[in-house]
Amino acid sequence: MARLGVVQDRLTKSGKLGPSLRLLPTTSATTLRKTQDPPLVIDGPFAETKEQLLGFYVVDVAGLDEALDIARELAAANPGGAYEVRPVALYNPDRRASAGP
Amino acid sequence: MTEITWIKAALTAARPRAIGALLRYFRDLDTAEEAFQDACLRALKSWPQNGPPRDATAWLILVGRNAALDGLRRRGKQDALPPDEAISDLDDAEAPLAERLDGSHYRDDVLRLLFICCHPELPNTQQIALALRIVSGLSVRQIARAFLVSEAAMEQRITRAKARIAQADVPFETPGAVERAERFAAVAAMTYLVFNEGYSAGDGSARAHLCEEAIRLARLLLRLFQTEPEIMGLAALMVLQHARAPARLDAAGEIVLLEDQDRRLWDGKLIAEGLALIDKAMRHRRPGPYQIQAAIAALHARAARPEETDWAQIDALYAALERLQPSPVVTLNRAVAVGKLRGPAAALEMIEPLAPRLSGYFHFLGAKGAFLAQLGRKREARAAFDQAIALANTPAEAAHIRRHLDRLIRESARTAG
Repeated sequence: MARLGVVQDRLTKSGKLGPSLRLLPTTSATTLRKTQDPPLVIDGPFAETKEQLLGFYVVDVAGLDEALDIARELAAANPGGAYEVRPVALYNPDRRASAGP
Repeated sequence: MTEITWIKAALTAARPRAIGALLRYFRDLDTAEEAFQDACLRALKSWPQNGPPRDATAWLILVGRNAALDGLRRRGKQDALPPDEAISDLDDAEAPLAERLDGSHYRDDVLRLLFICCHPELPNTQQIALALRIVSGLSVRQIARAFLVSEAAMEQRITRAKARIAQADVPFETPGAVERAERFAAVAAMTYLVFNEGYSAGDGSARAHLCEEAIRLARLLLRLFQTEPEIMGLAALMVLQHARAPARLDAAGEIVLLEDQDRRLWDGKLIAEGLALIDKAMRHRRPGPYQIQAAIAALHARAARPEETDWAQIDALYAALERLQPSPVVTLNRAVAVGKLRGPAAALEMIEPLAPRLSGYFHFLGAKGAFLAQLGRKREARAAFDQAIALANTPAEAAHIRRHLDRLIRESARTAG
């Protein structure tokens, strides 16, 4: 965790780190399926898989290579698992602060 | 993480499903266990060289099954063992096996394993010992230390449990819906007993990690019974209680009461998980004892400072628990909430009728002493504390009561002088 913090600090200082979050284990998951009306709420994750989404980072980079470099650094600081790199199609920032009257 | 800790973690995680599958195959606990041990030894040799397999559990099942078959064959005909390469080359076999074992198959295997460990013919002590040995994979020595008995005695307890199961004609087919519903309660109870063994030890002793083992079992149960609110409640209860573990003892190893604990030491991640689970459970509107106890733990967890604790809600929850599961211990706990809400006199009045049943119970005498001390009835308080000390289960409990007594004596001296 401390080593991960080092990488995150470096990203923050270079102004590239957007929001990032870590999810609780899938045992805490509830799923709303909208295949029927009204939607069905079921306990458990959307799909039971060996690999699970633990969380994500949003980084501001020039392209895939730079994103992969960051993923490599994160992976070195926190081995195991995988980082899937995908471009963001639509980015809505946190709007809670501006939601006031 | 070093390689060896990674492998150990993978072996531990795979254990219930692998043993469950091997048990389905061999229908004998000892053979399944030995097969898994064999597979683990081979994993320790093979994985550092060849890298971890895609599906560790499937690998262990296949290798374990082959190893055990070799063993059976060898014992039968004294055949030579096939070369290691012949069984470690699993490229072809692994993928389809992994597919087949995915999801529901694993689930049934683990369920069967848990049901066998919690067989109704086994006394609780044997159920716990067997589950810790077979499902959690603790060594006989670890379990013996946790239960403060000799290794030989624990070995005997586990052997007896296995023998009983062998005689009991345990069904090895997939547990049906009715059996699941009937027996998940026994598995849940066993899991909570394991947790309490660890919780009551409280310190860094051999028993403390039983809490983590129980939480691991509860998470496993959650995956098996995804829609059962009581299992969510059980898991929530245990993670919420365990979240407080870092604050429960001070540097000297003495018990710190909930209201005196440094709440910054509580494990925020476990609390978040517990709160999420209890939220999920309550949505079902099918309350049960574990959910109610978890809801009480959640109210404590939500209070940033002791003064913010919602004692009225806790009192109401204990009242609901009393209706669902009447027990003098529940009433005793409720009295603590009542003491906060309406004062020590009301609390004392509530616990007095419990005396015939709880007069040999450490916590009853400790609470009674505390209520009496708050009311200024010092002589009676001392008598209760003296009795409590004699009944303390751990040195930490005794030390806690001793501090109460010291305070009483100091205060008496002050009023006298």
